[in-house]
Amino acid sequence: MASEALPLTLHKGPLAVVYEWLGTADHKKIGFMYIIYALLFLVIMGIEAILMRIQLAHANSHFLSPQVFNRLFTMHGTTGVFFVAMPILFGFGNYLVPLMIGARDMAFPRLNAFGFWMTAFGGLLLYGSFFAGDGVLHAGIAPDVGWFAYAPLTATAFSPGHSTDYWTLSLLLAGVGSIAGGVNFVATILCMRCPGMTLSKMPLLAWMNLVMGGLILVTISPLTAAQLMLVADRYLGAHFFDTQAGGSVVMWMHFFWIFGHPEVYVLIIPCFAFVSEIIHVFSRKAMFGYPAMVAATVSIGFVSLGVWAHHMFTFGMPSYGNAFFVLTTMVVAVPTGIKIFNWLATMWGGKIRFATPMIFAVGFLFQFLIGGLTGMMLATAPFDWQLGNSYFVVAHFHYIIVGGILFTIFAAFYYWFPKMTGRMLDETLGKWHFWLFVIGFHLTFDFMHIPGLLGMPRRVYTYEAGRGWETWNMISSIGAIFQTVAILIFVYNMIRSYFLGAPAGNDPWDAWTLEWATTSPPPDYNFAVVPSVRSRRPLWDIKHPDDPDWKYE
Amino acid sequence: MWCIVLTSRRVSLVENTTRKTFQPPWWRRVAQVVFVFFCGVTKALASVKSNSISPTNIFAPDSTPANSIYRLSLFELEILGAIFVVVFSLLAYAVVKFRERKEDSSEPAQIYGSNQMELAWTVLPVLIVVVLFLTTAQVIHRVQDASRPEGTIEVTVVAHQFWWEYRYPQFGLVVSNELHVPVSDPNHPTPTFLSLLSGDVDHSFWVPRLAGKTDLIPNHPNTMWIDPHETGVFLGQCAQYCGTQHAKMLLRVYVQSHDDFDRWVHDQQEQAGADPSVAAGRALFVAKACFACHTIRGVMAIGRIGPDLTHLMSRDTLASGAVLNTPENLRHWIRNSGTFKPGSFMPPQDLTDSELNQIAGYLETLH
Repeated sequence: MASEALPLTLHKGPLAVVYEWLGTADHKKIGFMYIIYALLFLVIMGIEAILMRIQLAHANSHFLSPQVFNRLFTMHGTTGVFFVAMPILFGFGNYLVPLMIGARDMAFPRLNAFGFWMTAFGGLLLYGSFFAGDGVLHAGIAPDVGWFAYAPLTATAFSPGHSTDYWTLSLLLAGVGSIAGGVNFVATILCMRCPGMTLSKMPLLAWMNLVMGGLILVTISPLTAAQLMLVADRYLGAHFFDTQAGGSVVMWMHFFWIFGHPEVYVLIIPCFAFVSEIIHVFSRKAMFGYPAMVAATVSIGFVSLGVWAHHMFTFGMPSYGNAFFVLTTMVVAVPTGIKIFNWLATMWGGKIRFATPMIFAVGFLFQFLIGGLTGMMLATAPFDWQLGNSYFVVAHFHYIIVGGILFTIFAAFYYWFPKMTGRMLDETLGKWHFWLFVIGFHLTFDFMHIPGLLGMPRRVYTYEAGRGWETWNMISSIGAIFQTVAILIFVYNMIRSYFLGAPAGNDPWDAWTLEWATTSPPPDYNFAVVPSVRSRRPLWDIKHPDDPDWKYE
Repeated sequence: MWCIVLTSRRVSLVENTTRKTFQPPWWRRVAQVVFVFFCGVTKALASVKSNSISPTNIFAPDSTPANSIYRLSLFELEILGAIFVVVFSLLAYAVVKFRERKEDSSEPAQIYGSNQMELAWTVLPVLIVVVLFLTTAQVIHRVQDASRPEGTIEVTVVAHQFWWEYRYPQFGLVVSNELHVPVSDPNHPTPTFLSLLSGDVDHSFWVPRLAGKTDLIPNHPNTMWIDPHETGVFLGQCAQYCGTQHAKMLLRVYVQSHDDFDRWVHDQQEQAGADPSVAAGRALFVAKACFACHTIRGVMAIGRIGPDLTHLMSRDTLASGAVLNTPENLRHWIRNSGTFKPGSFMPPQDLTDSELNQIAGYLETLH
């Protein structure tokens, strides 16, 4: 190890440490910064959600003004997608991919740093809007056009001032950062694998990040193009979305959703990766049907590019157009089903250890199943004419984003925190975190489906009494309390364990992929000697020399 | 098949099948559970098929398009319910059954996959998707491509930030915020076809018990139709975020018998009354430039920015359904629309109490 380097780091002043982090091009440090950055925004978007849940707990509440409420839901959605989910997954990807494929860094370390800082500045710019105009308490001039910002609400006629500019420019910046990240993932995974690691011997996490990177390249581009068109419309007299001058507002919807739907898969596919790694390690079995998992992931990637207009079933497509997008959307259920069954089959016959990462992963399986089935309901265009843009949709996508994505991110934290810091997260606190969060999640989002079925549209700052919506909204709001407590426990657990947690050792979970072959935390160069592998589970081969995987793969 | 997975280790599954003894059929128990669940779901939904839970319940349809959706949704919920029960049970079984035992530290059998099973859980979902898609396509076609029978009422709906304008070209009528349509006898349907336009941003017309929602988009005309089978008031609201007061852009559809509807049309076609006792209020209405935004037929008031007020008192509500049409609410609304609807585009009026009373007094004669 770097025994000569140790005295140097000890004598570093605080400024030198700051400079080291600001100027770093090391994939682990960048990954770490992505994660910390995303966690800060997770807390901010959580506070926004709590304020909205207080407002919606009663009918005709006056806790928030409509203007502030509209700013809050716009910021909550935009933050969640672009400044929490994407960065946190980029963070884990950055940290893990080189370690898991036996590389010493990403393919383009400086581009990697550039990508992070673009994303970071994007988020800071967006939140600058809270301090502009009349300042923080009246929510400044934060954007109030919704996270999909349908034209023509974003035109200068309907959105004067600069609130929409904050939204569009910050996403433009973050989008450039995401593309840099996407390029890096694809290049790293295709070019930097250690000797012996053919494509078919990569860990599933690498495969899924490869698909994610590819999807980013294809999907962020239309979003960036749309933002440029919007800026041109607002400031250069262009008429892309100006219906009075031959423009089309429907074009914005197409541009946005051909980004927006694959974006959902950009978020969920890395989560599939976490689940795949965790489930097979804690079931003590090889991944069931690895080739099918890869094929399903790649096909989800392709099919997801042809489903965007299911967000537009109510905008008045011809019946054949609607039918086409019903079919493509329903087809996604097939590879998704394959994944669920493969995870199930991986657990089947295993010896499942219910450590905290595994219980979060199992929670994901159940919740993702329900989120997928409500997705089928929404894919059915006529059913969507009723459910679309109602609270049912809000419940559905939170089932995927919280019950699916956030649960797996928690699982990933409990699983890889020991590798990143050298210390274990506390298991007891972890279980408290899990159970409180499960209770809160189900109180909030299970009951949120019901007002949607009873006709409550989304994005309303308040609602009429006497429509049968009050009870369900109250229960949803109460659930937020449990989720808040759970998150506080999680944050406390991380801070406490960082300083006082039990030492992890190199391989606390008795796992099989390459990141567990190096120290915790790994040295700057990851591996003293570049490893070479013969199977998908190189550490299994080492631990079971009499019965190695490469004989059977 | 599942017992095969438990026992086989890196051997072809087909070989092993022959050696296994036949286990009690677990799937039969699952099938029973599924059947009970089916009945449960269907019964539960049938029992909520009333508007007692909510006046905007999508499971209480009262019009052909809403009913087609309702029937499709029941069919789909049964299939999805079955999938849910099966997969949920398998997951739960796996989680409970295959827990690690304390005394046993050996690694379990390593199984890498099985082509037969992969094939099974690919083909089965494909079949389900095909069935669901064909059923759905049929309903899409039935609702979207319906033709207009004899006796169809045509209404042009123009959505504005944050109110609704309804035009009846057949009757030369323009009314605001409260839509009146005739009831439709299923045997001799007289549906109402709505042509959907927007005067500013995107909106969506959603009255859950009558039909699914359809958006109103600038320069993108849409059509939808309803044929309510019962008289009464049906509620809904704008379902596409349209700005500050999206939440208070409420919808009220009055379904009337044919006689009542004809009478309503006739009343609305009348010009505004010219009661001499409120001449001062009428003059003030013009002097204060209310006419710049509002139309009152029969008076020099032809503004098109705000709602038509010709028969304001025939409406139950003000501010697009936000409050009841009472003298007190009317005065609050005229003085400062932000009282009920902050963000509404009607500016606050700088009026003395007597001016306010005169204008409101005039408006109260517009029956």
